[in-house]
Amino acid sequence: MLAHFWSILSLQAGYNTSVVLIGVTLLGIGSAAIGTFVLLRRRALISDAVGHATLPGVGLGFLTAYALGLDGGRNLPILLIGAGATGALGILSVQWIRDHTRLPEDAAIGTVLSVYFGIGTVLLSYIQSLPGGARAGLNSFLMGQSAALSLAEVWIIGAGSVVVILLCLLFFKEFKVLCFDQDFATAQGWPVRKLDLLMLALLLLAVSIGLKTVGLVLIVALLVIPPVAARFWTDDLKGMTLIAGVFGGLSGYLGAAASALVPRLPAGGVIVLTAGALFAVSLIVAPKRGVIAGAIRQLRFRWGEAERRGLMAVADGRNPTPVQAGILRLKGFLDRAGQPTARGLEAARATARDQALWLRYLEDFPQEAMACEDWARVPIDRVLPGDLVAELERRLRLAGS
Amino acid sequence: MLRAVEPLEQAIAARAGTAAPLAVRDLTVAYHRKPVLWNVDFTAPAGGRIAIVGPNGAGKSTFIKAVLGLVPRVGGEVLVFGKPVESQRRAIGYVPQRESVDWDFPTSAVDVVAMGLYGRLGWCRPVRRRHLEEARAQLDRVGMADFADRQIGQLSGGQQQRVFLARALAQDAQLYLMDEPFAGVDAATERAIIDVLRELERAGRTVICVHHDLQTVPEYFDHVLLLNLRRIAAGPVKEAFTEANLQRAYGGRLAPPELVAAVRG
Amino acid sequence: MEITLADFLTIDLPAMLVGTLAGIPCALLGTFLVLRRQALIGDALSHVVLPGIVAGFMISGSIATLPMMAGALAASVIAVLLIEAIRRLGRLETGAAMGVVFTVMFAAGVVMLEQGVGTRVDLDAQHALYGAVELTYWRGPTDWASLLDPAIWAALPHSITVLAAVALLTVALVLLFYKELKITTFDPALATSLGIRASWVNAGLILMVAVAAFEAVGSILVIAMFICPAATARMLTDRLSRQLVLSVVFAILSGILGYVFAAFVPLWIGAANSLTAAGMIAAVGGVFQLLAMLFAPRYGVVARALSRRGEIPA
Repeated sequence: MLAHFWSILSLQAGYNTSVVLIGVTLLGIGSAAIGTFVLLRRRALISDAVGHATLPGVGLGFLTAYALGLDGGRNLPILLIGAGATGALGILSVQWIRDHTRLPEDAAIGTVLSVYFGIGTVLLSYIQSLPGGARAGLNSFLMGQSAALSLAEVWIIGAGSVVVILLCLLFFKEFKVLCFDQDFATAQGWPVRKLDLLMLALLLLAVSIGLKTVGLVLIVALLVIPPVAARFWTDDLKGMTLIAGVFGGLSGYLGAAASALVPRLPAGGVIVLTAGALFAVSLIVAPKRGVIAGAIRQLRFRWGEAERRGLMAVADGRNPTPVQAGILRLKGFLDRAGQPTARGLEAARATARDQALWLRYLEDFPQEAMACEDWARVPIDRVLPGDLVAELERRLRLAGS
Repeated sequence: MLRAVEPLEQAIAARAGTAAPLAVRDLTVAYHRKPVLWNVDFTAPAGGRIAIVGPNGAGKSTFIKAVLGLVPRVGGEVLVFGKPVESQRRAIGYVPQRESVDWDFPTSAVDVVAMGLYGRLGWCRPVRRRHLEEARAQLDRVGMADFADRQIGQLSGGQQQRVFLARALAQDAQLYLMDEPFAGVDAATERAIIDVLRELERAGRTVICVHHDLQTVPEYFDHVLLLNLRRIAAGPVKEAFTEANLQRAYGGRLAPPELVAAVRG
Repeated sequence: MEITLADFLTIDLPAMLVGTLAGIPCALLGTFLVLRRQALIGDALSHVVLPGIVAGFMISGSIATLPMMAGALAASVIAVLLIEAIRRLGRLETGAAMGVVFTVMFAAGVVMLEQGVGTRVDLDAQHALYGAVELTYWRGPTDWASLLDPAIWAALPHSITVLAAVALLTVALVLLFYKELKITTFDPALATSLGIRASWVNAGLILMVAVAAFEAVGSILVIAMFICPAATARMLTDRLSRQLVLSVVFAILSGILGYVFAAFVPLWIGAANSLTAAGMIAAVGGVFQLLAMLFAPRYGVVARALSRRGEIPA
């Protein structure tokens, strides 16, 4: 079993399996790349509306091909063109509702998603009643099935993904400006509307080629999860796109391999679960924004804050609260009886001086103090240059006398 | 020297035999570990009209929200009439910033005012005709009786502010916290707000307002709290609202003529 | 093709009841979701109940309503907590957090189903998506007079009874907590300062959404009924109470007309088979909304364009 899995992963399990694996990996990378920009443009769930809005197009594409006598209706290019067409209509509908009615964007997304999908299911139920329609296999567009992909289909998927990836690389700088500051981009003379359309066209392309593999219900996951997971690791767009691409590619690769290994394992579901697992790991352990790192930072801050407050109380001759006293005792600043030790008194004096200097700094240099990340949280000597601290001390003495 | 203790305020409160409407001790608030309020002490005198003044980003709105428990406190204590704020909700009337709600919401002015009564009504009790009549009476107090049945989105900014004010009046609170009630309002609304403030003062209620316009502080308020991350000064306007204190609060960001005009009232 | 009265009462009436009864609670709750900018929570939860149902079945081993309902509710609670946690910890917009959570949970449901559970129970992912409004039969009534017979009512399909109960419960709760729902939707900060726990009201609302999503048939019908009737009503009125009533009216109209267009119209125009009712109900809901967006007397696109033209002096 494991050996077989390895042979699939290392592309030694036959030509077809390998081609599928490479195609789906490329799909994962491409979706993640365009998904990164879509996410940063705060349009994560528009992809969901687009995904669902492709269904009537699939139905209409089938009926067109059926009427033309092409492959009994199952002509993938025509199906995908149909999907792209109604998907585009879906995006336009969301934008129209948002811009021209009082309904907010989330309601617009929900409307398009459910109504287009509803129309799609009606068309599908009509197709099922056609002679031969029951075997049309259009249901695979709902949940996806990579095991049943034909080579021709994989070539379309692979080629489409490469187009998405290349265009994302080519327009990286332009998309970056657009995501960060649309007004600035306009002022700089970038063709913002055209760039926006290009971005949506790439989104549409990624969704359309992903339909057959992941299915339209879950395609949004391939666009959203990898960039969201990548966000936890970095604050840099280049790094984020790169990591998202790796996560997306890995999800496609592992998911397709697993579904090739285990019969009846739906590829779409496994791909999404793999992406979800990568996300969960990122959420928890990423050093930048992960849960553990965040909790440690928060705890440290609270602890330091309680210690500082306790020492200030000691310096003022007040009683620290029980929590503060506990921390001070742990640090050896208080003895068993709750009386400050010599070290405690010294620390209290140091904290009092530090706070006084920080307040002086805030008072005399308010802008600099407000901008200072470590204001009042770190001993002032560690942050500010010595001559400035000396000057502050001088001013403090002057004000005190 | 570091922690300005206010023996006078405490003595006044102690002599009156009642707890102060609002006593904040050592309040510290941080967003993402960045301090927004730092060790703020403040005691509001009963029946006072108090302005909270300070530059942008000084933590004025945060102060009100932290008092109400709408943002978490890192440390410190908030007592309202001597008890924790959580048990004193009925005693507090809150006027949030106008931008904080969706004015396209399907509701009328009188409905919004009636919301001020919800706390008193309690869970599940419906709003009855007499509550709506009470709400109408409050709207009348701020000169908005004619607009009672308007959808709130069709009111001007000043009229919306007056609706919020009427809602706070309907709460019939002992302590009012208002977040920039004078921001961007027309002259009629400004007069209406001042009238209400005076009326509340006559009734012995305490009002605390975040206030932007330095010139009008001496005219509208009798006490002031100068904030900039920490408390700069607090007390009667005559004592605390000085050029020196304003310089400290605004850190030289204020043009001198404006300052002088403000202090002279 | 002729439809006999007995057929209508046995096949079509129960299906219409399912379609409309499922829509009523969705429309009521959807009104608040749309106003709170949480319309897509309905979308997310309608997907999330699938793994919950499957897990409920796997743990209890039975297809009784209760364990599956418990599973669906548990899954919804987990989903909402996860969305909130991810949103805060990752400092992400709600939409992105939702996109992560509901797709992963739905995928988990699909995989669990395909890995054997689906063969033992009459459940599949498509069923969860489409639902099958048409599959409810009421054995008994043969003509209108027979509806007066209490024994006939005893044979009312279980699913209809449950849907009716959920609809009634929702109506009752919305009436009872109208004031709290309103204030926490409009101004949660004020609600908190008044001592009304906004978080409790939110939790209650979300739980009801989960119940409605579980009981109604198929996520597509659920999402459409959460949003379309509420959005349609939103275009037509500026009063919350009226908006609630209108949303229910549109939900009922969508349910009935949707079924008529799916079941009868194809036969009348000579087709051999009827179409899927859930999808058609969603489509009809969408048509109502489109009409309202275009022609609403005050806020419709046409009315606004006309009034704008009127403002410009000739």
